[in-house]
Amino acid sequence: MAKLSYAKALNRALRDELTRDESVCVLGEDVGAGMAQLTLGLQAQFGPGRVMDTPISEQAFTSLATGAALCGMRPVIEFQIPSLLFLVLEQIANQAHKFPLMTGGQVAVPVTYVVPGSGSREGWAGQHSDHPYSIYAHVGVTTVVPAMPSDAYGLLVSAIRSDDPTVVFAPAGAMGVREDVTRDLVPVPIGRARIHRAGTDVTCVAVGHLVHEALAAAGELAGEVSVEVFDPRTVYPFDWPALADSLERTGRLVVMDDSNRSCGLAGEVLASAAEGMRLIAPPARVTRPDGSVLPFALGLDRAVQPARAALVSAIRSVMK
Amino acid sequence: MTRSLNTPAELYGRMRLIREFEETALRLVKSGDIVGGIHPYIGEEAVAVGVCAALADDDLITSTHRGHGHVLAKGADPARMLAELAGRTTGLNAGRGGSMHAADVGLGILGANAIVGAAAPIAAGAAWASQRARSGRVVVTFFGDGGLNQGVLLETMNLASLWKLPVIFVCENNGYATTMPISTGLAGSAVARAQGFGIPGETVDGMDAVDIRSAAAAAVERARAGAGPSFLECLTYRFGPHHTMEQRIRLSYRPAEEVERWRLRDPLVIQAARITPQEREEADARAAAILAAAREFALASPHPDPADALDYLYASGMRGRGGEG
Repeated sequence: MAKLSYAKALNRALRDELTRDESVCVLGEDVGAGMAQLTLGLQAQFGPGRVMDTPISEQAFTSLATGAALCGMRPVIEFQIPSLLFLVLEQIANQAHKFPLMTGGQVAVPVTYVVPGSGSREGWAGQHSDHPYSIYAHVGVTTVVPAMPSDAYGLLVSAIRSDDPTVVFAPAGAMGVREDVTRDLVPVPIGRARIHRAGTDVTCVAVGHLVHEALAAAGELAGEVSVEVFDPRTVYPFDWPALADSLERTGRLVVMDDSNRSCGLAGEVLASAAEGMRLIAPPARVTRPDGSVLPFALGLDRAVQPARAALVSAIRSVMK
Repeated sequence: MTRSLNTPAELYGRMRLIREFEETALRLVKSGDIVGGIHPYIGEEAVAVGVCAALADDDLITSTHRGHGHVLAKGADPARMLAELAGRTTGLNAGRGGSMHAADVGLGILGANAIVGAAAPIAAGAAWASQRARSGRVVVTFFGDGGLNQGVLLETMNLASLWKLPVIFVCENNGYATTMPISTGLAGSAVARAQGFGIPGETVDGMDAVDIRSAAAAAVERARAGAGPSFLECLTYRFGPHHTMEQRIRLSYRPAEEVERWRLRDPLVIQAARITPQEREEADARAAAILAAAREFALASPHPDPADALDYLYASGMRGRGGEG
């Protein structure tokens, strides 16, 4: 049985797609050297024409990928820093995402944006540590946040094959995860959740690296509360039918989400459950505080992140 | 409509068509058939026609908020273009884009773009794809003098020059970024900016379609030969408002004498002097007939069904949840 690391899984997905499809290419800063691990060894294998180092001009190369996609290519862009997704919001949300509708269906924009190391990166402070997946979900851009290496592989493959622009957040907190892989790595369909642990009392929706916190919390509570750990994997489009199914079993909901509280994904999950799913107790969420900026000092950085202890309390509170 | 733009009469004819289109569109804005107004291209016709005359059918362009001229010069059907402005299903974009997003990808028109300067990197990306495919296609990106102050355009010039992309930067300098005179908005000069990136730049008379065509042809040749991008600054002037909202809000930011002085250099008059009166009359009559038919077609075309408002949102066919209930 092979242990697959998350970073290796992303790298393998990209290698497989570059091998499979000539129209796939990679653009980004330091991708030749493979500084963010995603592209390690790929330039040597596929050449600098397909794995292309760009100057530090994120806005230009993001839209350059759009133009290339309009002409039949399937570019993959790597952003070394998650906050760059704020810088290129115009190019993704206002250009790439809007092209199919605005042109009346004349074009597709199959571009994949990968952030290896999203969310808090301890010690990197405010401008290098952010997790704007709720913003992209709000805009309506396909957004995936895999927690497990096999899902990182499968969702990156699906993102590259998708005809729509897709953002792949690979949380820094998950990049070190290793998984026993017992079967072939396969594409994972976009928009489908995965239940990592079945339970009957509470459905715990957790996103990205927080899935591992939720699994640990469920372990801690074993014998006291039966927690179902629900990993949406794709935050937009969210797998609402799977959530409804889970709540049919449990009737109680806690969401753990690495977004700021106002207008974050957790709020959307709670609202959707309250509107039309089975709830026998008021739901709860564990998020970053409103409007958080991650402070530098380690204790402060951790203080604003959703924590396992808070999740455990939230799960107990919905059982009362 | 012929897409050929070779003879002096054809150049004149296409400019006349654009002028007639804009005048028709202005009337339809007044009548309320075009909602949201337009950014009229009147006065700048020589730029679009001169540049597109240097392009082959399978070359590509990106356009701007003031884009009707570019789209028509590249060969779009005026009837479907007008229907787009009127928000009809028969429009180029099925009524989903309107004036500022008109596109006809089959004709190499990658779309007008409503964010100033934003289309330049898209054009560069198309040029990159062309370079990789060795297709020989070149890409023109049109932008105004206002676009020169967008960082992404400058980033794009750097990339295009580094990678020798077959892209041509066409700056339509009409002297005003909306209401801001270029003298108060641009440090240095447009051409010097391009030259700073190692891109050859040239300033041409933006009212003379023949001059523009010659300069564009040299840039196209250079791009096709693999020598990389060029930059053309076309000195031009819009005879009318920035946007038709100025029909309602009287703004005073250009001296009347200045407008009159430029009107004496009407690009249609300049080009008309190169053809016979008979050719001119024929072209005028043809443009009028085309636009009369286009108007009839557009206004007789169906409005989209509100139930289809989010059709085409996802190329993959994905549908999100509705907004009600």
